[in-house]
Amino acid sequence: MPVSSTHYLFLSLLLFSIGIMGTLTRRNAVIIFMCIELMLNAVNLLLVAFSRMYADVNAQLFVFFIMVVAAAEVAVGLAIIVMMYRKVQSVDINILNRLKH
Amino acid sequence: MDFYSILFWVLSVLAVGCALGVILSRNPVHSVLCLILTFFAISGHYILMNAQFLAIVNIIVYAGAIMVLFLFVIMLMNLNADVEPQKGHLIQLAGVVSGGILFLVILTAVKDVKNQSMEMPTTPIGLIENLGKELFHKYTLPFEISSVLFLSAMIGAVIIGKKDPAAAHAEN
Repeated sequence: MPVSSTHYLFLSLLLFSIGIMGTLTRRNAVIIFMCIELMLNAVNLLLVAFSRMYADVNAQLFVFFIMVVAAAEVAVGLAIIVMMYRKVQSVDINILNRLKH
Repeated sequence: MDFYSILFWVLSVLAVGCALGVILSRNPVHSVLCLILTFFAISGHYILMNAQFLAIVNIIVYAGAIMVLFLFVIMLMNLNADVEPQKGHLIQLAGVVSGGILFLVILTAVKDVKNQSMEMPTTPIGLIENLGKELFHKYTLPFEISSVLFLSAMIGAVIIGKKDPAAAHAEN
């Protein structure tokens, strides 16, 4: 069976779902952050597949901008996690529910 | 099966297996290493789809810069499998079921889309020359704005990450 666009659709859907499952099941803030990166990459993969399907440059430039935003996001997010670790000596997100009270 | 299909399946199995390793591994360092392997597999997919520039950028930016940052943070905090917090089994089951339901819903929504073969004659759109021309003609403004975003993210990370001056003074 030749590889078609549907294969890439299913592959990136699978990666995205794994990212969702990881975000919902883990309590370590760093791992949750990594699962978000995984979801961003699944979307990137699908955009590149569509770019190849329609021979369109714009999708690849969108992937480029997603990578730019992801890099900025990681820098700020990891700084926040480090700050949280300094305050409470843990990266457990259940401790963060103190923000509610 | 031709060469393209074999490569596709090998890379797909590698990507999905390592992605499962990210969420199943107890040790955060193993999770990071699995995620790096996933990114390499995705870069292989980019090369298969003739997007060489994005493949290289993916390796340099994600596997090279972002994941090293993650690794530094994990080593800085001295995280390992012993101190890893665990959710209750019921909540874990609920998370897996909700992820699976999302997968099934989108699967049924997209299963009837037009099926188009990816093995068309190679077009040079993924090469750096075409991407650069398009980027600096059509997307000049977003490109400049992203530089401002980077600057603000850098300043924000430094300000958030540095020690509280009052706390530092109290230590001395």
